[in-house]
Amino acid sequence: MDVIGRLQRQRTELTQALFKEGLLDEQFTQLQLLQDPNNPDFVAEVVSLFFEDSEKLLDELTRSLEQDPVDYKKVDAYVHQFKGSSSSIGAQRVKNACVIFRTCCEERSQEGCRQALQQVKHEFFLIKSRLEALLQLEQQILAAGGTIPFME
Amino acid sequence: MDCNCEEAFWPADDLLMRYQYISDFFIALAYFSIPLELIYFVKKSAVFPYRWVLVQFGAFIVLCGATHLISLWTFAPHSRTVAAVMSVSKVLTAVVSCATALMLVHIIPDLLSVKTRELFLKNKAAELDREMGLIRTQEETGRHVRMLTHEIRSTLDRHTILNTTLVELGKTLALEECALWMPTRSGLELQLSHTLRTTNPMAVTVPLHHPTIIQVFNSNRAVAISSNSPVAATRPRTGKYVEGDVVAVRVPLLHLSNFRVGGWSDSGKRPYALMVLMLPSDSARRWHIHELELVEVVADQVAVALSHAAILEESMRARDLLMEQNVALDMARREAETAICARNDFLAVMNHEMRTPMHAIIAMASLLQETKMTPEQRSMVETVLRSSNLLATLISDVLDLSRLEDGSLDLDTRNFNLPTVFREVLNLVKPIASVKKLSVSLSMASDLPEYVIGDDKRLMQVALNVVGNAVKFSREGSVSVTVCLERPEYTRDPRSPDFCMVPSKHHCYIRVQVRDTGIGIKSQDLPKVFSKFVQKDSSLNKHFGGTGLGLAICKRFVNLMEGHIWIESDGLGKGSTVVFIVKLGISEQINEMDQRNSLAVHPTPVYSNFNGMRVLVTDDNGVNRMVTRGLLMRLGCDVTVVGSGRECLQVLSQPGQNFRVLFLDVCMPDMDGYEVANRIQEKFSSHERPLLVALTASTNRSTRERCLNLGMDGVLLKPISLDKMRAVLSELLEWGSLSDSPRR
Repeated sequence: MDVIGRLQRQRTELTQALFKEGLLDEQFTQLQLLQDPNNPDFVAEVVSLFFEDSEKLLDELTRSLEQDPVDYKKVDAYVHQFKGSSSSIGAQRVKNACVIFRTCCEERSQEGCRQALQQVKHEFFLIKSRLEALLQLEQQILAAGGTIPFME
Repeated sequence: MDCNCEEAFWPADDLLMRYQYISDFFIALAYFSIPLELIYFVKKSAVFPYRWVLVQFGAFIVLCGATHLISLWTFAPHSRTVAAVMSVSKVLTAVVSCATALMLVHIIPDLLSVKTRELFLKNKAAELDREMGLIRTQEETGRHVRMLTHEIRSTLDRHTILNTTLVELGKTLALEECALWMPTRSGLELQLSHTLRTTNPMAVTVPLHHPTIIQVFNSNRAVAISSNSPVAATRPRTGKYVEGDVVAVRVPLLHLSNFRVGGWSDSGKRPYALMVLMLPSDSARRWHIHELELVEVVADQVAVALSHAAILEESMRARDLLMEQNVALDMARREAETAICARNDFLAVMNHEMRTPMHAIIAMASLLQETKMTPEQRSMVETVLRSSNLLATLISDVLDLSRLEDGSLDLDTRNFNLPTVFREVLNLVKPIASVKKLSVSLSMASDLPEYVIGDDKRLMQVALNVVGNAVKFSREGSVSVTVCLERPEYTRDPRSPDFCMVPSKHHCYIRVQVRDTGIGIKSQDLPKVFSKFVQKDSSLNKHFGGTGLGLAICKRFVNLMEGHIWIESDGLGKGSTVVFIVKLGISEQINEMDQRNSLAVHPTPVYSNFNGMRVLVTDDNGVNRMVTRGLLMRLGCDVTVVGSGRECLQVLSQPGQNFRVLFLDVCMPDMDGYEVANRIQEKFSSHERPLLVALTASTNRSTRERCLNLGMDGVLLKPISLDKMRAVLSELLEWGSLSDSPRR
C-alpha cells in the first residue's frame, strides 16, 4: 500500500507539474475523462499514436526544409497537421510552437522556419519524455494493484 | 189782482227806473251769453266730464236771464199774461237754482280733488324728469367709461395706455390738464411722467410724505385737492384758479403677487401712482359726483391695464432670455458632442496604435522567456513582461473607463454559469494569496441560481478587482468571499437610500461580500475610494502598485448592471468589507451551448442517452480521429471513422446507411470538407442525409460563415471537450442544428 501511495503521489505531482508548466492544457484532462473501465488504455493509445505520427511529421518537415527551393505550402500543411494533433492531445507548448512556425511559413522566412522547427522539436521531445515517464508510472501503479485516481 | 209791481210810487223817479231797466237788460244779456260761451268753449275742448252740470247751470242762467228779461215788462203796468209768465219763469228759476245748488255740493269737492290730483301729477312728472336726467347722465358716464376702458385695454403697451387714458379723460370731461405721477425707482418720490397738454413735462419730483399725497393715497375715492399743492403745479398759471377745480385719485400699481386667490391683501405698502385732473380755469364748472365716479372707475381700469402690460412685458423678457439660453445651450451641446466624437476617435486610434506594439512586446517577451537565458537575463525579461502587462492593463482600463463614462460601453449579456465565475476568480487569486499566506475562502448560498443572464466577463472583472484588492491590501489573515441572493427587504446601504431594488420574476439580485483583515480605511476616506485616480495614500501606491482606476471602473460596471457597490471599514488596521449587489436575469432555459470549457471535472462518468446513435467522423489526422472517436464512444455512439472525403462519400453511398450525424474536418488534403458537404447536399435531400457538423481549428468568422452558407448544420471548434460534445449531440438531436446556426 505504501508503494502504491508513493507512486500515486509521484504521479499526481508529475501531472500537476505538467499542467503548471503549461506543457499540457485542459484538453489532456478531457482525454483522461474518456478513460474508463470500458476503455482502460485510451490515453496511452492516443499518446502513442501521437508520438508515432509526430515523429513521422517531424522527419518530413526536416526533409522539406532542406530542399531548395522550400515548398512552403507543403511545409505549412505538415505544420497544420502537427498543430491539430498536438491540440487534440493537449500539448499546449507544442501547439504554440506550431503557431509560430506557421507564421514563419507565411513570411517565407527560411531561417525563421528552421528556428521554429528547432523549437517545435525541442517542445515535442520534452513532452514526449515527460508523458512517457507519466505513462510508465501509471503502468507501475496498475501493476502494483492500485488504481489511477482522477485529477482534482 | 195783486201784482208785485210797485205802483208808480215814485213817478218822479223815472230815472232810477230807467237805470234798473237798463241794468236788468244787461244782466239778461249777460245771463244769456254766458251759457253760450260755455257751450262754445266746451264744444271746443275735448274733455269735459260734467256736461250735465253744465246743462243745469245753463238752464239756471238762462232762466235767471229770462226772469230779468221778463221783469223788464213789469216796470210798466202789465197784463196778467206777463205776470203769469213772470211767475212761471221765477218758479222754474227757483227750482233749477235749488237743484243746481244741491248739485254743486257734490261737484265742488270733486273739482277740488281734481285740482289736487293735477298738482300731484305735476310734481310727479317733475320728479320723474329729474330722475330721467340722472339716469341719462349715469348712462352717459357708463358709456364714457366703457369707451375709455376699451381704449385703454386695446393696447398692451404701457405708454399707450397712459397716454390714451389722459387723452380720453381729457376729451370726456373737457379737462384743462391731466397729469400722471409715477413712483420713482427708489419708491420715495413721485415723478411727473405723463401730461395731456404739456408736451415736455419737466422732470419734477414730489416726495411721498407730502400731506396732500398721503390724503389722496389713503382714500380710494377721487379727492379734491388744493390747486396750490405741488402736484397741481404742472404748468405756469394763467387765470385765477378757483378752489375745487383740481381733483386727484390714486392708481394702484398691481403686481402679479396681488392677484392672489382669496381676495386682495390690503397691505399699505402697495405702490400707487397719482392722477391729477384739472377743470378749465375760466369756466364756472364744478366737479360733479358722476364725473368723480367716472374718474375713480377709470383709475381702477388703468391699474388693471398697467398690470397686464407689466406681466406681458415680463413674460416677453423671460421668453427672450429662454431663447437666448436655448441657443447657447444648443451650441454648447454641439460643441460637447464634437468633443466627444473627437475624443472617441482619438481613443479608438490610440487604442489600436498602443495595443499593437504592446501585444508585440508581450508576445515577444513571453517567447523570450521560453528560450535559454542566464538568470540575470531571465529576471530582466520578467521585469519587462511584468511592466508591459501592467501597461497593457492600464491602457485597457483607461479606455474602458472613458467608454464607461460617456455611456458608449454596453454589457455583453448572455447565459453563463454563475458559480463558475467566482470559482475562477478564486483560482486566479489563490497563487498570490498562498504566497502571502492568506487564506481565501468562497461560500455560495444554496439558493443561488446556477445559470443567469448577464455579462460574465465584466462580472468577473469586478469580482477579480475587488478580491484582488482585498488580497493586495492584506498582509496577513484571511479573505472571505460570500455570494448569496439578495432579497429586497434586507438592509441596504444607509448612505444611498435611492438605490432600491425592483423585484421581478425575471431578475434576481446577487450580493457579493468580500471581507478582508487588511489595513482598513479611515471613515473619512470611504467616499473617496471609488473616485478615479485617487489612492487613499500616495505612499500606498508606491507600496502596493495599481492605477487607482480599478474601483472606479468596478463602480461603473456595477452601476451598468443596475446595482450598487460600497465599502465598509471599522477603521485603520481593522480590515474592510466590500459589498456589491448586481442585477442578473434569471435563465429560464439552461443553454449548455454557451458553457465554456471549465476546469470543473466530473468525478464520476456520466453516460448520456445517445445509445447506438450512428455517427461518421471524417478526419485526415490520425490522432484527431482517435480522440473524436473516443469522445463519441464515451457518449455511447456507434462511431465509424474514415480518413478522407472520398472514403466518406463511399460509406455514405452504401445502401442501408443510417448515420444521424456526420463530423467533417474542413481542412483535408485532396477533398476538403466543403466539397464533401456540397456533394452530399447534391446527392441527398435534406431529410435523407445525416446532420452535417464541420470541425475546424480556425476561429475565423469567414470559415464559419462559409460552412453555414453551404448548408451545414453546425460548426465546431477544435479541440472539443467531452461536455461540449455531449451538448452538441443533445442539441443536434433536439433542434436539428446548433443554436448558433440557422435552423433546418
